[in-house]
Amino acid sequence: MINRFNKYRYASPATFYHFAGRLIPWFYGAAALFCVAGLYIGLFLAPTDFQQSEAYRIIFIHVPAAWMSMFIYVVMACWAALGLAFNTRMSFMMASALAPTGAMLTFVSLWTGALWGKPTWGAWWVWDARLTSELILFFLYLGFMALQSAIDDPRRADRAGALIALVGVVNVPIIYFSVRWWNTLHQGASVSMTKAPSMASIMLVGMLVMALAAWMYTIAAALSRARCIILERERNAQWVAQMLEADA
Amino acid sequence: MSTSQTVIVLLRRELLLAMRRRGDVLTVLFFFVIVASLFPLGVGPDPKLLRLMGGGVVWVSALLAAMLSLGRMFASDHADGTLEQLVLTPTPPVVWITGKILAHWLVSGVPLILVAPVLGVQFGLSGEALGVLVFSLLLGTPVLSLIGAIGAALTLGLRGGGVLVSLLVLPLYIPVLIFGAGAVDGAMSGLGAEAHLSLLGGILILAFMLTPWAVSAALRISIE
Repeated sequence: MINRFNKYRYASPATFYHFAGRLIPWFYGAAALFCVAGLYIGLFLAPTDFQQSEAYRIIFIHVPAAWMSMFIYVVMACWAALGLAFNTRMSFMMASALAPTGAMLTFVSLWTGALWGKPTWGAWWVWDARLTSELILFFLYLGFMALQSAIDDPRRADRAGALIALVGVVNVPIIYFSVRWWNTLHQGASVSMTKAPSMASIMLVGMLVMALAAWMYTIAAALSRARCIILERERNAQWVAQMLEADA
Repeated sequence: MSTSQTVIVLLRRELLLAMRRRGDVLTVLFFFVIVASLFPLGVGPDPKLLRLMGGGVVWVSALLAAMLSLGRMFASDHADGTLEQLVLTPTPPVVWITGKILAHWLVSGVPLILVAPVLGVQFGLSGEALGVLVFSLLLGTPVLSLIGAIGAALTLGLRGGGVLVSLLVLPLYIPVLIFGAGAVDGAMSGLGAEAHLSLLGGILILAFMLTPWAVSAALRISIE
């Protein structure tokens, strides 16, 4: 039984490379499907909000991006912890592969938030607790990527990045609550993020479908990037040479 | 040597080195004073505005000054091989790392605390707020040294380490800044500073327990 099922099978970059290659089209396909369905629900089926009129429709991009940006950081930290604990190269590669997508989605959520804020709040940016902590999350992603790109030795880059990701994930709740308290103590809430008391269920469905689309896209993008990282790291390995010959 | 002896020997060595290179300590101190003095020039001399900003400005300056001094924490010891010798000693790394962080705080944190009241007076802080400012710095600057040590250890010997360390460490400094500046604000507005100071103390205890382990792991990654 143990011989037939090896749980470390996909920890080998060569096996993972082909496995990921087979999965990627499925995840991109699912992402496209969910995206089309979600946008249809969001743009055509969902009713116009009586307070915010059409401007609210940006939540179908904004909220899934914000959810995923936070979720990806935690997943990244989990891969980092796995890598440090078991010393598996693939875990570190997955952590580095997730970071750019996470940073991109953080940026998207900040950008769409600004686009929504201008017509609704009358300001591109307010120092609201959620906006501020999302901005800090963006800085954490940038720090992780900057540290990894500054180190030439891949082994050290992997482990240093993993450590800073873990330090970051311990700090995220502290930062979040400190920013929240700072906001409530400094200034009365000049703008409230709370929307209409009960969100129409069709809006919620649209948001959830779009969140699934973002999730599938993230997996596909991270796997594609992990494949690139594998090729870059293993360029001197025999299996890469054989594969390139077979392709050529 | 027992662990306490190791820490004492290490502290003496670090303080002696700092005495011999007084310039380094003074540079950080003057940086702190200059940054704080730039704010009134930037935003105008209105005493009411300055009184409102004072606590925050002193705290931001302290953050930047602490960050500036991080490069020194391990770099020279790394360059001349002392760090590797320390790693080879039988003393647990967490012990001598705590000693080094303590020394760093004594050399670059304590002078800031001593100068801060003067800056506070320049910004027109009240007597009570000055006391709170000093106390909040007393609780907060060790955290800056502790968290900063992780960044310093990770960027050891990297090109552009100074800028990189700021990108890594400054987001992690944010809670200290919020509660430190918040304490001064609370004292100024009469809301009381206890809540902020308690949280700052909590952060200090948490950082003191956890960061030496992270620094030890970071040094192992950087040295091997």
